[in-house]
Amino acid sequence: MSEKHLLVQSEGAGHGMEIDSISSGSPASPSPLGAQPMQLNGCRSFRSMLGSPDISLANNAYWGIPSRRWDANAWKRQSSSAEQLPVLMSLFGGEMSLLRSPLQPPSPGFSFDLTERNAVLGRLLEGSPPPRPVKTGTTISGMVFRDGVVLGADTRATSGDVVADKMCAKIHRISANMYCCGAGTAADTQKTTDLLASNLALFSLNSQRAPRVLMAASILQDTLYRYGGQIGAHLILGGVDYSGAHLYTVGPYGSVDKLPFVSMGSGSMAALGILEDRYKPNMEVEEAKVLVRDSVQAGIMGDLGSGSNVDLCVITAQAVDYIRPYQESQYTNGRNRKYKYPPGTTALLSEKVVPLRMELVTEAVQRMETH
Amino acid sequence: MEHDAAVRGVSTGTTIMAVTFDGGVIIGSDSRATRGGEEVSSKTINKLVQVHQRIFCCMAGSLADAQAVLKTASFQLNLHSVQMEAPPRVIAAASLLRKLCYHNKDELQAGFITAGWDPQKGPQVYVVSLGGMLISQPFTIAGSGSTYIYGYTDAKYRPHMTREEGLQFVTNALALAMGRDNVSGGVAHLVVITEEGAEHVVIPGNKLPKFHDE
Repeated sequence: MSEKHLLVQSEGAGHGMEIDSISSGSPASPSPLGAQPMQLNGCRSFRSMLGSPDISLANNAYWGIPSRRWDANAWKRQSSSAEQLPVLMSLFGGEMSLLRSPLQPPSPGFSFDLTERNAVLGRLLEGSPPPRPVKTGTTISGMVFRDGVVLGADTRATSGDVVADKMCAKIHRISANMYCCGAGTAADTQKTTDLLASNLALFSLNSQRAPRVLMAASILQDTLYRYGGQIGAHLILGGVDYSGAHLYTVGPYGSVDKLPFVSMGSGSMAALGILEDRYKPNMEVEEAKVLVRDSVQAGIMGDLGSGSNVDLCVITAQAVDYIRPYQESQYTNGRNRKYKYPPGTTALLSEKVVPLRMELVTEAVQRMETH
Repeated sequence: MEHDAAVRGVSTGTTIMAVTFDGGVIIGSDSRATRGGEEVSSKTINKLVQVHQRIFCCMAGSLADAQAVLKTASFQLNLHSVQMEAPPRVIAAASLLRKLCYHNKDELQAGFITAGWDPQKGPQVYVVSLGGMLISQPFTIAGSGSTYIYGYTDAKYRPHMTREEGLQFVTNALALAMGRDNVSGGVAHLVVITEEGAEHVVIPGNKLPKFHDE
């Protein structure tokens, strides 16, 4: 069969027309338009190009101050021969490679260090099922109102069918003027937003400028794109900077969209219905808070993965109002968390005092330097 | 999140086109982005990206891949323009996109139409397809919705149209495609690029031309 072939794609989303394409570029040619398993080695080349400093826009923002390199492998080499230590070292080593150095350009491609750790943990667990990752199965939403941005989230984190956390905080602080809601895998949203917050803080210190929301969205996009969807973070980023109030949504594959109102997570469809119905541009703050609360409530009632309380975060040019919780769930089980008894609860029936005789044997005084 | 077999993540699932007329080009697209072929993730996404003063690109395929490629390409194009101390040619923008799409064809699912005006060759339209093919055409259509309008565009295109005729041609073609393709819709974005500059025209969904059965 000749290498040139005619491909017409008449279904599926968004593929152009390819005429007379020479397919010699793809060996063992499955249709380039069909489902290909992600070639993890191949992934490195385009994404690695984005990691190199002269191309990635995010890295241009790092002011290139050299810092010590955390060498992930050094931890492992230094570990003793004890059975448990290599596990711990690889735990930290794996984590360190992810957090390696916020000032340096991120290492290209996808880092597989943590798969090693997972394999070791799996051997340790030996047959019992591995812990399921905590997902937030969430309703998060946000909207732009007259003076700024309102972000809202529910507070349920699930691990499989069990609610792992009833008061999970899904609105993460990025900087004084920017907050980010996260849906998807809890660890991924937390780590991604933490990294972003650290990097922006450093940028702020180095440049003496407050970061723009656009910059944060761009950094998130670059980071998530580089991992090709493996980081399950569905984010809503909102904030106010000198150019006004902005709301962005960033998907796990690295797609960014700037919108006046948005919702993400498993309850997003329920929340979106409320927002679509009642959103108007330039709403007042109280109306906006009620609307976001209603949209999250729709997700809480209509989606199994969302529940418990509603958190709100109102960001304006003057101040940030982080209201946690804005609304408490009415379905608590009434259990008191504190079991403190006031003094006098236990009755005193009798008292007997026995003095202890102590004999002074030696006495030594040592002066201490106090300055 | 649903995994679409064809496109990872959010898909632009689109209808995009560009056509030259007497004195410029018109580039147009719909504004719908879908996820998994079932859910509209954005009704108002902007698929027309300005990479330089008189060069616009529109994207098709995976939204994440297309945005990443366009970010890289606009950065490189700007750098090239600064180094040459001259505005870049449209072919330069198209070539950058082609280079990225071709050398990374195993990982990327993104295609582009580049259209613009430069002093050397005037109005031009280039299409960079999924695998990295680059060709120049007087007009071109792409995206999933384009299959429904091949007949219409082939029949109705004439060389040397006026600006108004060009606008009508693109509007009609987009409206027809959006009417038949489920992953195209929203508003119609058109940009008219001439020697004077670029002008953005937005036609809301309810103002699009209606045809016999609507």
